[in-house]
Amino acid sequence: MRLFLSILAALFLALPAVAQGTPAAQILADNRALVEKSSRQTIGPVIEALASSGDPAAAAILAAWADRGLGLHDDGRFLLISEAEAGWALRDLSGAEAGQAAKGEVKQLRPNSGVRGLIATALVQFQLADPDPARRSEALASIARDPSPDHLEPLRVAMAKASDPAMARLERLLTLRFDPDSAARVAAIESFGADLGLDLRAALNPLVGTRRIAVAGGAPEGENLAASLTPGKEITREAAYDLLVTADLAPARLTEADQRATLIENIDNGSVAGIPVAALDNRAERDRAYTALEAEGRAPAAATEDEVSAALAAHSFHDVYAEPDPAVTEAAEAALARIGLKVGAMQAADLSLDALSLASIYFLAAIGLAITFGVMRVINMAHGEFIMMGAYTGYVVQQVVADRTLSILLALPLAFLVTFAAGVAMERLVIRHLYKRPLETLLATFGISIALQQLAKNIFGTQARPLTSPGWLDGALVFNDVVSISYIRIAIFALALVFLGVFLFIMKRTRLGLEVRAVTQNPSMAASMGINPDRINMLTFGLGSGIAGIAGVAIGLFAKVTSELGSDYIVQSFMTVVVGGVGNIWGTLAGALMIGGMQKGIEWLNPSNTLAAQTYMIIFIIIFIQFRPRGIIALKGRAAGD
Amino acid sequence: MTQGFLAKNPSVLIFLAALALFTLAVTLLSHAYGVSFLSTSFVKTLGKTLCLCLIALAMDLVWGYAGILSLGHFAFFGLGGYMIGMWLMYARTEEIVVQALSGAPLPPTPEEIVSGIGTQIFGVVGGSEIPWVWSFAHSLPLQLMLVVLVPGLLALAFGWLAFRSRVTGVYLSILTQAMTLALALYLFQNDSGLRGNNGLSGLQNMPGQGAVTQDQLSVWFLWASALALGLGYLLCAWVVSGKFGSVIRAIRDDEQRVRFLGYSVESYKLAVFTLTAIIAAIAGALYYPQAGIINPAELAPIASIYLAVWVAIGGRGRLYGAVIGAAFVSLLSSWFTGGRAPSINLGFYTVNWVDWWLILLGLAFVLVTLFAPQGIGGLFDLWQGAKHPKRRGAPLGPDDGSFQEKEAVE
Repeated sequence: MRLFLSILAALFLALPAVAQGTPAAQILADNRALVEKSSRQTIGPVIEALASSGDPAAAAILAAWADRGLGLHDDGRFLLISEAEAGWALRDLSGAEAGQAAKGEVKQLRPNSGVRGLIATALVQFQLADPDPARRSEALASIARDPSPDHLEPLRVAMAKASDPAMARLERLLTLRFDPDSAARVAAIESFGADLGLDLRAALNPLVGTRRIAVAGGAPEGENLAASLTPGKEITREAAYDLLVTADLAPARLTEADQRATLIENIDNGSVAGIPVAALDNRAERDRAYTALEAEGRAPAAATEDEVSAALAAHSFHDVYAEPDPAVTEAAEAALARIGLKVGAMQAADLSLDALSLASIYFLAAIGLAITFGVMRVINMAHGEFIMMGAYTGYVVQQVVADRTLSILLALPLAFLVTFAAGVAMERLVIRHLYKRPLETLLATFGISIALQQLAKNIFGTQARPLTSPGWLDGALVFNDVVSISYIRIAIFALALVFLGVFLFIMKRTRLGLEVRAVTQNPSMAASMGINPDRINMLTFGLGSGIAGIAGVAIGLFAKVTSELGSDYIVQSFMTVVVGGVGNIWGTLAGALMIGGMQKGIEWLNPSNTLAAQTYMIIFIIIFIQFRPRGIIALKGRAAGD
Repeated sequence: MTQGFLAKNPSVLIFLAALALFTLAVTLLSHAYGVSFLSTSFVKTLGKTLCLCLIALAMDLVWGYAGILSLGHFAFFGLGGYMIGMWLMYARTEEIVVQALSGAPLPPTPEEIVSGIGTQIFGVVGGSEIPWVWSFAHSLPLQLMLVVLVPGLLALAFGWLAFRSRVTGVYLSILTQAMTLALALYLFQNDSGLRGNNGLSGLQNMPGQGAVTQDQLSVWFLWASALALGLGYLLCAWVVSGKFGSVIRAIRDDEQRVRFLGYSVESYKLAVFTLTAIIAAIAGALYYPQAGIINPAELAPIASIYLAVWVAIGGRGRLYGAVIGAAFVSLLSSWFTGGRAPSINLGFYTVNWVDWWLILLGLAFVLVTLFAPQGIGGLFDLWQGAKHPKRRGAPLGPDDGSFQEKEAVE
């Protein structure tokens, strides 16, 4: 009745002020009393009317109102006000200047927070209809950040005017969460199919959120049950009883600490309830003492095992959806299952990419060995240190040449030259004398390896040196929210392919390759044919070492360059060659793929623990060698030698 | 033919006498039982060196005599250390926990003691439960059995797998290296139950012997190590002197031929591999109580390779060579890296031995491999006038086993 009267009064009072012009002004004038003493319960229709008035200034007026920038002049006009030196600077409701006024002349409207919330919701509609796409997407983003049921209506209004895909998606996301109609929500959930967007999963997950309850008797009525739990099966007896305790349905169990504290409190003349303290050094005696105290009423009763069982039997335990509508939760569960399946497939794809890139790193590290060990059968434990030398060469070049791209391009051939020279020197000075004693080659090259490692430590220090990749290798190629691969890994993959090509070309298509193969197969026959085995051995060893140097530059780009860089890869490299099959480059490739894939696979099974992955992989390799002692691709016939 | 074992192996008596003299001398010079000439830490270093000599013996047996270059024997050494370390740490912590709980108004229950030990030992890795691998840690005899059993069974299983599939030569070396790496990586994890990279510590304290000072303890361990080394030497000498020794030497020189003669090469290799693993484990069980701490880094593949370096420099294929190599290189190594070696000032650069020792060792090792395969032990041959066929002339042809120039002329 008061409401009706006040509206009547407002209409009556508004009559003299009809001549104010714009529709917005008209609406405000018509509802002057409501606006002046606005409250959340009554102001709704006015804001609604303003928002749908079609007045171009309506958005500005609403915004000003919410910001306390709307004033009521003593003569009954509504004005936009802002602070000025001597009172208020005035503009009329269409935005035109309207002079100044003293503070006393104009009454500032101060809407409370409830009203401001209503205004903000109404304003969303204007922002969504903004002609500027940037403002529009900003409004969408702000809704997406903090969605609320109030946003649904303005969003739909805005969509009716002008729709874009982002807006439509947001509308569906809001619908599935907030629409009052269950069928509409289910339809919205199903419209997404197996969409991979994180926003969809963020919207669906709260729908299937559950809480665990304990109730006396059977299943509760009126709750959207997710699952019923049997103590001892889906839920442990301890957890179930804890639920009862937290819900005040059962007394707490006696913890050992409580028991001890109670017993200590009740020590009386060196004994507790007649049992001497010295005898309380085991559980049975302590229980007996506590029970005696209970009987005397000096300790709180604690639940015994029988009572616990009885309490568990008298209650039932359930997971309950926070969302009351079963149709919606069912649809959401189904949608999440669909998405989970697709995400799983995508993760598998991502994992294969990771495995491929790890495999190409192993391949790069091992390809030099495939030459020195695989073709020449020289075991070079200093191979890892050649990799390290390559990486440090890259680092030194970057100190001299500032341009990243140029320095990498320079570093690759330089690293090859440095390690080629080192390899040739080592072959001439040491390995040449030990061709008939492979075990001693291993030891001698190991001596060189520790000397080189220490030398690098002396020169470059123990801290890691940076080898920075050029800017165009930063970032990652992103396929979707799940699958992505960094450009640097693609580059390493490409480099590995190039090396494979180079190796095949040298071995199969050049004179050097022919002579290398001849010397490996039968040195004396090759020597009879006029090939100098010494020279060939030297060049082959140099080639293998040089490739290790280039691999070092590539590995240095993503790993830290330290003196231990090489030794981190040496065992894996030998494994790659041995598993793949000695003397065959395709075997090395297969070995790298297998080891890389295995390692990633094990890491996926046990993601927290990369150390365990390496352990299990090595064990697997040891077992694998049982079944294929000559590797995946074994040489057959006389070429296998022995 | 009727000669006794010792008569056939005069070096055994000489070695044992030298070892006894050494032990006696150190005892008389020690803090606890002598004139306080040697510091306790140096006595410990000597005791540890004796343990390293023992594992070098094992390495010589498996590599110098049987020709299996194992790069994994330090894994067995470390495992032995872990096994004894578990008891030392458990028993010592138990003492501490009982002591701490004895002040409480109620006497502790066994469960409280166990949970207190768990918290003490595994607090650093964020746990308080005692893992199942510690099931026997409360008992010294059981844990001593594990010192032998765990590395022995691991060596047996690994050796059986490897030898059965005829993995030989450098492949076997790499495989053993991989085994060591896998074990080290496994122990590095916190959930392996052996305190991850913290390892086991406080092993120098003997549980139940609170009254015994470290001075005395160091000499006790020196005696124990010397005894173990003496027994180990006798065992190894006995093994290599008999028919068994002839067969394993033959396997080293030509495995195929031994197989065709009807010997079960794999069984012989497996026996040698397992036996040496057990010797290595015993050496480790004596070493780590003197070192006081063990962590997975001790099992890194590099340690096993150093072992090969010691044996190679000392002279493989002769037992005293391995002992000399291990003692010589490890003592020299601790002298150089301990910062006690004087720096050499070259005017433009000061050679600081802490930085340059490894380079020296590496190069020395290369030179020994190239030019003195007999190692330091070769000096004894020189002294006795024994000669080895020289095979370092230019080869007449590039094939394996072709005559060398001088041999062809003779």
